Amino acid sequence: MATKDIKPEDPRIDPKTGEFRVLAPGFTFKTVTAKIADIVLTPTTSLGWFALFSVGGAVATLVIVAVTWLFLKGTGIWAVSQPVGWGFAIINFVWWIGIGHAGTLISAILLLFKQQWRNSINRFAEAMTIFAVVCAGLFPLIHVGRPWLAYWLFPLPNTMNVWPQFRSPLLWDVFAVSTYATISIVFWYVGLIPDFGTMRDRAKTKFAAYIYGLLSLGWRGSVRHWVRYETASLLLAGLATPLVLSVHTVISFDFAVAVIPGWHTTIFPPYFVAGAVYSGFAMVLTLAIPLRKFYHLEALVTDRHMDNMGKVMLTTGLIVAYGYGMEVFMAWYSASHWEFFMMWNRMFGPMGWSYWVLILCNIAIPLTTLWVRKWRTNMTFMFVMSLIVNTGMWFERFVIVVTSLYRDFLPSSWGTYRATKWDYMTYFGTMGLFTALFLLFVRFLPMIPMNEIKMMLPSAKITAKAKPAVGAGD
Amino acid sequence: MIAEFETPSDLVRAAQAAYHDGWRRMDCYTPYPVEEAAEAIGFHKDRVSLLTLTGGLMGLCAMFSLETWISTLAYPLNIGGRPTYSWPAFIVPAYEWTILFAGLSAAFGMIALNGLPSLYHPLFNAPNFRNGATDDKFFLCLEALDPKYDASGTRAYLESMGPNSVVEVEY
Repeated sequence: MATKDIKPEDPRIDPKTGEFRVLAPGFTFKTVTAKIADIVLTPTTSLGWFALFSVGGAVATLVIVAVTWLFLKGTGIWAVSQPVGWGFAIINFVWWIGIGHAGTLISAILLLFKQQWRNSINRFAEAMTIFAVVCAGLFPLIHVGRPWLAYWLFPLPNTMNVWPQFRSPLLWDVFAVSTYATISIVFWYVGLIPDFGTMRDRAKTKFAAYIYGLLSLGWRGSVRHWVRYETASLLLAGLATPLVLSVHTVISFDFAVAVIPGWHTTIFPPYFVAGAVYSGFAMVLTLAIPLRKFYHLEALVTDRHMDNMGKVMLTTGLIVAYGYGMEVFMAWYSASHWEFFMMWNRMFGPMGWSYWVLILCNIAIPLTTLWVRKWRTNMTFMFVMSLIVNTGMWFERFVIVVTSLYRDFLPSSWGTYRATKWDYMTYFGTMGLFTALFLLFVRFLPMIPMNEIKMMLPSAKITAKAKPAVGAGD
Repeated sequence: MIAEFETPSDLVRAAQAAYHDGWRRMDCYTPYPVEEAAEAIGFHKDRVSLLTLTGGLMGLCAMFSLETWISTLAYPLNIGGRPTYSWPAFIVPAYEWTILFAGLSAAFGMIALNGLPSLYHPLFNAPNFRNGATDDKFFLCLEALDPKYDASGTRAYLESMGPNSVVEVEY
């Protein structure tokens, strides 16, 4: 392995553990506040921010145009038809939701495992979750065909006296995704409250102090409040952990409950969850690498974070690879003619190229290179890798949805799938929307949780023998 | 009367001493959670967990009974010959609502028990409080409602603990 390449006197390495440091040494409470809060409280906005925001906003208008046209004309403007009745909408939905899962994994699961390195990347990973869920939620909403009737999905009393059908995984999805969106937003906001207090006290203008003051709900840092706050955070983490696993499990049920060859398998839930975390960590890297460069956050988001995220991607990538292998194995082992044909068609049929793109992007490139520590801490490499994995994970959903459907049981009903420009406009439009929302977040909210970083500083340690208080105990 | 300390250790020691000397109407203010300070002033139990459990059970019962009522009484449907009361299928939405209600109870319960939102608090009038309490300073507040309080005695008492400063806050 590459461990021998690291020199022991390297200042990035913590001599106690031999790992990269989580935070660069030399931070005090004051400098942490200054570093993070001043990114937001500065009155000047860089031109680069405006340039990126304009690009994101411009791309986001595509989705507005595409959705308007969709509402006027109906889903016929998309490529969905028979036999491929589920197209880009479901692919993009699953892709975006999956991306969001890494945020919850970082904020909840790593909190429960007391992985302190998560603190630096927690806030913006959660923001990424929320914006990804916003983009994801758009697709089922517009995919229902008559979006003005989408409220039929909810068990609301109505004059028609009809009620939802609770045996369908598609309805389970409504509850899973709406709960996921709500809990993600609440968890994120709870985490922000004390930092809003800091922003209020640090704001230079009355207006900013007023807005952050309102958002902070008057937080004043009483230790009684902190105790309840910590309990609530821990409970929310404990609740979000089973939630995030259940969300992608339910999404995989949408497929697995159907009898279509290629969907009807029990490996789907774990394999979907691992794939979600895989793509989500890739997206965290896509966002974190430019962020830490442009805002000079290398001391807070260190090589340790990159290294660890690379390791998480490697692990989840291996689980995903196992899932692919098991799908192929079961197609043969099931001795089902239809399963066997589906797998052969998926690999070597007219759309076989998409399967090999997926194998290349998700298995061949990342799972051979991410083993090397030196590469895991090379920012250019990791950035390119994150884009490759996100592409690969999009193709995974494309392969699952399209190549399972386009050649079904009866050769006379075989068809193909070719996305229309409206499909592409909606898809790329959501990427613009995501970029624009994320840039707003970076500009107006503290992107790294200040109070959680302060907890990790050496000066936060309670020492028994600091200067003794005179008169104590008399 | 608030005393400003430079380090969390000084604060914890001062809080322990004050609690030991019989102070009860007191609080500490810190820029990040300092569990030791909460213990020092005798605050251990919070009711957030209980609220969360109650909320979760309410969500579970609400959704499961709603599903049962809809599927068996309000709108029974024959789905592939399955029984109308097919409870295994009802678990998933009931599970999601357990988490939803529990999570909302945890968050809003925490906010409510903390007495927030309260946009005004007398401590904000202290000249040094807003420069430090959410940034890098640690405060111990002994309140005038405590029977041990008297303006000059308390000031001397706090000053004996080695703080940066002691300030009397109007309220």
